[in-house]
Amino acid sequence: MTAISARGVTKHFGSRVALRSVSFTADPGERLAVIGPNGAGKTTLLSILAGMQRADEGDVEPAPNDVGWVPQQPAVYSKLSVAENLRLFARLEKIADVEPAVGRMLDQTGLRDRADDELSTLSGGNKQRVNIAVGLLAAPPVVLLDEPSSSLDPRQRERLWEFISGLAEGGTTVVFSTHNVNEAERYADRLLVLADGDLIFSGTPAGLHAAVDGAATDFESAFVAYLRAKGH
Amino acid sequence: MRWLLLKDLQILRRSPLLVGLLVAYGLLIGAVIGIGLSRPETKPNVAFLNEIPPNKVKVDLGSVTINANDYIKRLFSTVNPIYVKTREQAIAKVKSGDVTAAVVIPANITDRLQQLIDVPGSGKPPTVDVYISNADPLKRQGIETRINSRLADANNAIGQQIIQLATGDLNVLLNGGSVSLGPIDLKFLGLRRAQKVLAQAQAQTKDPQVRAAIHKVLVFAQRGSTGLNFAGPALATIDQPLRAHKIAVGGPKVSLTDFGIAVAPAVTLMFVGILLGAGMLAMEREENAFGRLVRGLVSRWGLLSEKVALAAIGGVIVALLELAMISIFVPLDWSRLAQWLLGLIVGGLAFGAVGTLIGAITRDVRAASLLAFMIALPFAFLGFITAGEVSTGLYNVIRIISALFPFRATLEAMNSAINAAPPKLIESLAHLAALVGGYVVLGRLALRRFG
Repeated sequence: MTAISARGVTKHFGSRVALRSVSFTADPGERLAVIGPNGAGKTTLLSILAGMQRADEGDVEPAPNDVGWVPQQPAVYSKLSVAENLRLFARLEKIADVEPAVGRMLDQTGLRDRADDELSTLSGGNKQRVNIAVGLLAAPPVVLLDEPSSSLDPRQRERLWEFISGLAEGGTTVVFSTHNVNEAERYADRLLVLADGDLIFSGTPAGLHAAVDGAATDFESAFVAYLRAKGH
Repeated sequence: MRWLLLKDLQILRRSPLLVGLLVAYGLLIGAVIGIGLSRPETKPNVAFLNEIPPNKVKVDLGSVTINANDYIKRLFSTVNPIYVKTREQAIAKVKSGDVTAAVVIPANITDRLQQLIDVPGSGKPPTVDVYISNADPLKRQGIETRINSRLADANNAIGQQIIQLATGDLNVLLNGGSVSLGPIDLKFLGLRRAQKVLAQAQAQTKDPQVRAAIHKVLVFAQRGSTGLNFAGPALATIDQPLRAHKIAVGGPKVSLTDFGIAVAPAVTLMFVGILLGAGMLAMEREENAFGRLVRGLVSRWGLLSEKVALAAIGGVIVALLELAMISIFVPLDWSRLAQWLLGLIVGGLAFGAVGTLIGAITRDVRAASLLAFMIALPFAFLGFITAGEVSTGLYNVIRIISALFPFRATLEAMNSAINAAPPKLIESLAHLAALVGGYVVLGRLALRRFG
């Protein structure tokens, strides 16, 4: 059973091709990392999957409303408290039982003791947790995270990935983009490598390592060697 | 310091919208002020009807005849007369706003002027009828000032002519000389010389009866001479021969105070509505929430409508509080609250719609606030410009610009709601409703590049 799929997704920005016929699928509970150099098309792919942009060609499933979306920058209100933010988005999501959903997310994110604190007083890591919590309020089967750890310190990143891994263990399909290939190796079940809008690799981290015939000592070197081998 | 300055200039160079706006703002204000100052004196349109029959235009001033039309023309030195054929036409033009006032010279004005000259202080004063619209107290005050001023000029000219001629004749009567009455020159001895002649005659005659009779005539001449010494200053009191009878048309007269009460909520509504609409929409983007919201939680139309409504609610509340504060000092007719609310709500929606357009264009709270102020102030200023303060062409441009921005329509709506002044409230509300629709559509188009 496929949780999310993309078929022949193509996107142009003027004469530049941002994505060229990208296709993939992900299963329930799978953690899928989208990696690639800058300008590869990672954010464009995620925003098309999230329904933020329309593909010029191709199609995606499921519909955007059935997908949780966590943008790179916290998309929450800094003048509202943690609980107020969650309550607002729960109502906008038309969740039947708002308070239990808010309580569940406060527990999952470990922010119950900060529930009444204004978001502007929270650290970057805690803001990102609220940002993710909002994306998960409706308990979507698939959640898309655009570089979720980019603004966090190592300790905060560790806690974030524990949280994301917990979601996947619960059956949620997690698709995330990242610049940090080591995080991709460590926390993804499968990788999608994009370069200049082309999907040049789809497989496990070990598979990418193997694809460069052991020419690299670590995963980052293997990733760079693979890009070079593919002419990027 | 130098590097910081260069950095800031580089940033400005990469902010073409902001720089363009600042430059355009200065140029626009400069152009408006420059055009206004470069024009000599602009003349408001004033309907004019002269009812004096052609055979009655002349007034006899003893030895001189004056043409009343020559002096009446002075009324038009600072207005642009629009000639009409009937009094009804003149009034209709005032009511329609085609002219700022109408001046009617009644047929009896020369008769009355003649009577005033012949027997000062008798009869009714010659009166010019002035019809002024009640629609705009600022406009009314402006035109009243102009007409009063020109009337004073005409009065001054006629009065001086009368006094000059009359004092000349009196001088002849007192000291002797000649007075022309058409082709005939009349020579007068003069009272003072008559006294000398009489005194000589009295000294030469021995007959006591004749002496007594001459004495009586001498006393009369002395008293007449003394009395005429005061006649000159007395004539100077005929310094306002022409009067203006001002007749208000087009609804009840609104005083400047009442108009000021209507201005206050209109200005408040403008600032609160625009700033709230612009700031709160731009904030959705600054908080990165816009993308999340329009992903299916709220439609773009819904988001826009919510911001417009929020701006209107904020504006209405603040404007009502303001009116309540004003009512502590000035009595207000709270029985018209329903009309006030209508004006405030629709005006608030219009300003909110303008605000959301600004917010959608700028996409930044600070830029939105700055632009809101920069737009609101000149538009409010333009809303107060009345016909005659600038040239007709420029005024027409201002009218069009003012009609495209909600301030003038809101001001008229509030003036109608508070003071029952024209135009009708429903007309202003319809105008504002059209603006709401237009600005919301523009705002929606601008939202395309918002995310």
